[in-house]
Amino acid sequence: MSERSTPAKLAPTRTPAFEARLKKRYAAEMRFKYAGMSAVLVSVAVLLFLLVSMATDGIAGFQRAELRVPVDFSATSLSINPSLAENAQIRSLEGQGLPDIVAFAAQQALGEEAANELNSEAWRTVASAIAADPAVMSGKRDFWLPASEDLASALSGDGKAALQPLAQQLAANGKLDERFDPGFMLRSDATDPQLAGIWGALKGSILTMVVTLALAFPIGVLAALYLEEYAPKNRWTEIIEVSINNLAAVPSIIFGLLGLAVFLTLFPNFRSAPIIGGMTLALMTMPVIVISGRNAIKAVPPSIRDGALAIGASRIQVVFDHVLPLALPGILTGTIIGMARALGETAPLLLIGMRAFVSTPPGGFTDNATVLPMQIFLWSDEIDRGFVERTSAAIIVLLAFLLLMNGLAIYLRNRFEKRW
Amino acid sequence: MLDNPQDTAPAFAGAAAEPQPEEASAPKMSARDVCVYYGDKQAIDHVSIDVHTEHVTAFIGPSGCGKSTFLRSMNRMNDTIPSARVTGTIELDGEDIHSSGMDVVQLRARVGMVFQKPNPFPKSIFDNIAYGPRIHGLAESKGEIEAIVEKSLRRAGLWDEVKDRLADSGTALSGGQQQRLCIARAIAVDPEVILMDEPCSALDPIATAKIEELIDELKGRYAIVIVTHSMQQAARVSQRTAFFHLGKVVEYGHTSDIFTNPREVRTKDYITGRYG
Repeated sequence: MSERSTPAKLAPTRTPAFEARLKKRYAAEMRFKYAGMSAVLVSVAVLLFLLVSMATDGIAGFQRAELRVPVDFSATSLSINPSLAENAQIRSLEGQGLPDIVAFAAQQALGEEAANELNSEAWRTVASAIAADPAVMSGKRDFWLPASEDLASALSGDGKAALQPLAQQLAANGKLDERFDPGFMLRSDATDPQLAGIWGALKGSILTMVVTLALAFPIGVLAALYLEEYAPKNRWTEIIEVSINNLAAVPSIIFGLLGLAVFLTLFPNFRSAPIIGGMTLALMTMPVIVISGRNAIKAVPPSIRDGALAIGASRIQVVFDHVLPLALPGILTGTIIGMARALGETAPLLLIGMRAFVSTPPGGFTDNATVLPMQIFLWSDEIDRGFVERTSAAIIVLLAFLLLMNGLAIYLRNRFEKRW
Repeated sequence: MLDNPQDTAPAFAGAAAEPQPEEASAPKMSARDVCVYYGDKQAIDHVSIDVHTEHVTAFIGPSGCGKSTFLRSMNRMNDTIPSARVTGTIELDGEDIHSSGMDVVQLRARVGMVFQKPNPFPKSIFDNIAYGPRIHGLAESKGEIEAIVEKSLRRAGLWDEVKDRLADSGTALSGGQQQRLCIARAIAVDPEVILMDEPCSALDPIATAKIEELIDELKGRYAIVIVTHSMQQAARVSQRTAFFHLGKVVEYGHTSDIFTNPREVRTKDYITGRYG
């Protein structure tokens, strides 16, 4: 017993040096934990700052300064043909003098000075209301009509100093107000921030993404399947693999130059069209899909392939019945990363002419269009005060679109997810 | 893998008592001078073995001796390994499986395989079984497929356990059930030979006993080849045993002879646990 208690006989795991080391190990663990927690806190703070500043600025972008104008239709003789399309009805109302009727009503209600600050396109709001429901033409009705760009600036406290007292007075009388503007989501780009909308750019983005997905997804998945399942492992496939990895890292503006040099040379008539934009972005997205697809395919256990081969499945049946369904969640994750990158891309589209001012939403894949990040870029370049808020609102629309796309991908991934 | 102590002593007697349809019938599969190479490395060295219908043939031997490699060359599963190369002839019903007239897909439908680790597809139990018959067009209607699924599961002794949950995932079953599901999957395409690569090595003794029972029942219909590390298992289930060592077949003969009266010293040393 006495021998055991001598210090020389202490087991190596009970020496003071060991215990000191143990303390150090725990301290290292704690340091790591706190470092990790502070990293998470920093990223959450940055995200919150981004979202809060975006939301506060952006909400103003969904609003516009509007004047209240009561229009009395009883003295007018406007007629409407309900069988016509909305645009034709609006044109017909313009021909019947609706702009003058609205201007007159504004003069009556607001006085000469304020009526001059009614937006020149304000009558279109009235025309749309009539086209939607001809019954508004019976009697007198209040309309909230867009103010001019200058009056809107004055209401928010800058712009022409001379207009600011008028804006304050009108606001105090309840005749001028910042009102929610649902039309922002329905209109397209305009030189007047009061009339600008995001729909054209949003539709351009949707069309471009459809082209990108339709090209990049099948080509990327097929390339990944071929490289993983069929291609012999030799020097050539190694070179291809390295090239694809490098392609994913090429700066996006290079792809824009490629699109300019190749696609616009082949199809010169489709400058600024979603089809060319989508093709250019597909070049950029495809390597991302190939790389993530290969990793997902590699992760499918070989025992599943063996099992299918052993009951006499051909290689293509193994690939499409077993490997692809199991790899699909991973492929979708990679696809969404690539698509999200493509959605936010501006540089390559600059080069193929998608920075044009487009005031009508594109009707199809071959019409002139712009995309959301390009619209943000164009608006952020404007010096007009009203466009600052519109820019923030456009950013919110872009982020919401991105979230929607990610949500869809997560939903699809969970649907296809299977465990083995 | 000592399972039931009572099994060890009289194990050979059971196998020996089996009626042995001697060389009356032609062999189902016959390998002659088969060599398998992985790149420059020779894994199998001039192996010649006959496999008969209504027989269970066991391959025993220490790890790395080439049993599984040889088994995998019997239905050309080695084709999936780019560096693998097979020489010599392997015949199925007298036809060379490497000849141009033999399609590899058809060969694997005729020579099924069960793997060491249960590998059910991550699909429903029903689809696991139905997949083979579907791709081979063995059934026209849904009713026929259902009949095949039921028959296969019954033969694999799994029907009563899963008949109420055929829509559940095959991966949700226990290990032993998964392995029987894989056997049912193999027999659903009505093969002539079933190759089993250590089918019980991942299973507990009770599940192992069930699989062995199943092998015993199935041998009336198919030629079965089983690779095993368990001497007792080889003795219990097989009629013929081949002892592999360093890529060569040291001894091949009736199981009863191999275990009670081995000709070679190495066989004797191995089965008595001297090495391996």
